[in-house]
Amino acid sequence: MLTSAIKPGKLRVLARYWPLFVMVLPGLLYLLINNYLPMFGMIIAFKDYNYARGILGSDWIGFKNFEYLFKTDDAFIITRNTILYNAAFIIINLVIAVGVAILLNEVKNKIFARFYQSVILIPYLISMVIVGYLVLALLSGENGMMNKQILPMLGIEAIPWYNDPKYWPYILTLVNIWKNVGYLCVIYLAAVIGIDPEYYEAARIDGASKIQQIKNITIPLIIPVISIMTLLQIGRIFYSDFGLFYQVPLDTGALAPTTNVIDTYVYRALLNLGDFGMSSAAGLYQSLVGFILVLVSNYVVSRRNRDNALF
Amino acid sequence: MKSHQLTQWVAHILFIAVTIGCLFPFLLLIMTSITDENTLLQKGYSIFPSKISLDAYAYLWRDSSAIVRAYAITIFVTLVGTVAGLLITALLAYPLSRKDMPARNPLAFIVFFTMLFNGGLVPTYLVYTQLFDMKNTLLALILPGLLTNGFFILLMRTFFGTSIPTPIIESASMDGAGEFRIFYRIILPLSLPILATVGLMQTIMYWNDWYNGLIYITDSKLFSLQNLLNRILMNAQFLQSNSVGNQNVGTSIPTETVRMAMAVIGVVPLLCAYPFFQKYFVKGLVIGAIKG
Repeated sequence: MLTSAIKPGKLRVLARYWPLFVMVLPGLLYLLINNYLPMFGMIIAFKDYNYARGILGSDWIGFKNFEYLFKTDDAFIITRNTILYNAAFIIINLVIAVGVAILLNEVKNKIFARFYQSVILIPYLISMVIVGYLVLALLSGENGMMNKQILPMLGIEAIPWYNDPKYWPYILTLVNIWKNVGYLCVIYLAAVIGIDPEYYEAARIDGASKIQQIKNITIPLIIPVISIMTLLQIGRIFYSDFGLFYQVPLDTGALAPTTNVIDTYVYRALLNLGDFGMSSAAGLYQSLVGFILVLVSNYVVSRRNRDNALF
Repeated sequence: MKSHQLTQWVAHILFIAVTIGCLFPFLLLIMTSITDENTLLQKGYSIFPSKISLDAYAYLWRDSSAIVRAYAITIFVTLVGTVAGLLITALLAYPLSRKDMPARNPLAFIVFFTMLFNGGLVPTYLVYTQLFDMKNTLLALILPGLLTNGFFILLMRTFFGTSIPTPIIESASMDGAGEFRIFYRIILPLSLPILATVGLMQTIMYWNDWYNGLIYITDSKLFSLQNLLNRILMNAQFLQSNSVGNQNVGTSIPTETVRMAMAVIGVVPLLCAYPFFQKYFVKGLVIGAIKG
């Protein structure tokens, strides 16, 4: 009988559906405060923000904040770092996760398969603070396992990890793999398990080897999942995992050339320097470019396959 | 048959390596926390410490008030955040899943636009600190995570829309049940799987959250477990400077081992609970990925 309420007057609709609107209310109110109000606050990027005078009371200065931001080397370094790290993460994680998922699917012993699957997910559950501790235990300059045990065994001198930026692209990439591959792997594994076994039977009758089966059946059939996961990540290529870039290098200034990304820059400019203007200019730059990238990547998906698109 | 067995062996060997890779850092953490402080300073962090000592834990036990407080805050924030978040998410997602809901599409747009575009850290920070004055309040730890970017709403809306047959709602409504009654008596009980999934993910998110504490909390009395750990990690002096641990002058603090013992205290509960929720968590990941 719900369908009969489509055409009557607006009051009747309200009378009939008011409980549903009441249900929606808390959520909408929350989004208004938590998400929409800050969107209007973005005008700070165009203001000489003065704490005492507030957002509306501060003077307009046009694009000055952006000029300052893009005049420094910072803008280039944080943009470069953000994009290069994310691009590397997307590609490396994809290759490893798909590889591990296919291999996990080959493990015939159910108990072992479940055990491996559970274990690779554990790092995903741990907070970045804990990850920071784990990395410190390995790399600490004076007492770390690397410097005190492993390197001496190989006859290599201790390396001051937390002082030298050149090691961090590798360290951060490794940590990112360690933490996130399990998550991606489970998703790809679900896709692999979903493949109809008849394909494989037919291939086996035709004499296809395991490698050929993976190349010609498994991978092509999980391409839709791969494509949507990857495009989602490309849409967020301007955002980084704040915890990874802040927590794991222990917020060390000396490492900034290779660990500073837009998110950590915005955070430091705001909370360490109190530079509201520059910080929100960087934030707006990030949000806008990020938004455009989401739209573009969604457009690409929807052209390939309408069903895989977000909207 | 032979090549089949070979594949199995290769797979097992690789996965044993992966397993060690995943678990090794935790083992190192646990072992260093029970290492004697002097041994650690001489020989460094090790999986096989030459001298074992529980001094670090004894030390933390002696003055555990900061830890107990941090645990209490984390548990409180996690409980309240998860329950409130779950309720507000379900309440928002259900009407959006109803095909006869007026203004359904504009409402959905308002919700999902927040997934694509946000104001960024500075304006959000100002809204919470200036407009609502929530700096150094527990609300600042709970509120920012409540709806987590619309993603859970999307999950629940899909579940309500696909797993609950419309005729059930229609017949209940013909029997005279109001919308709230239908929601409470029919929708929620039928949606336990998705409620469990989203609830679990939200629990883990709140339990692990240190970001909101980092931004909004400066009063060490309000530190959650993760923020306490964060402070000790970033600043080894924090241990000596009296917020955690013994204030008596003269007792030397086994700083390094206490640090790692703190991390163990922070991570072990999660690791112990993991086998019990592992199944739901994986299910939730898969639902989230495929339908999100």
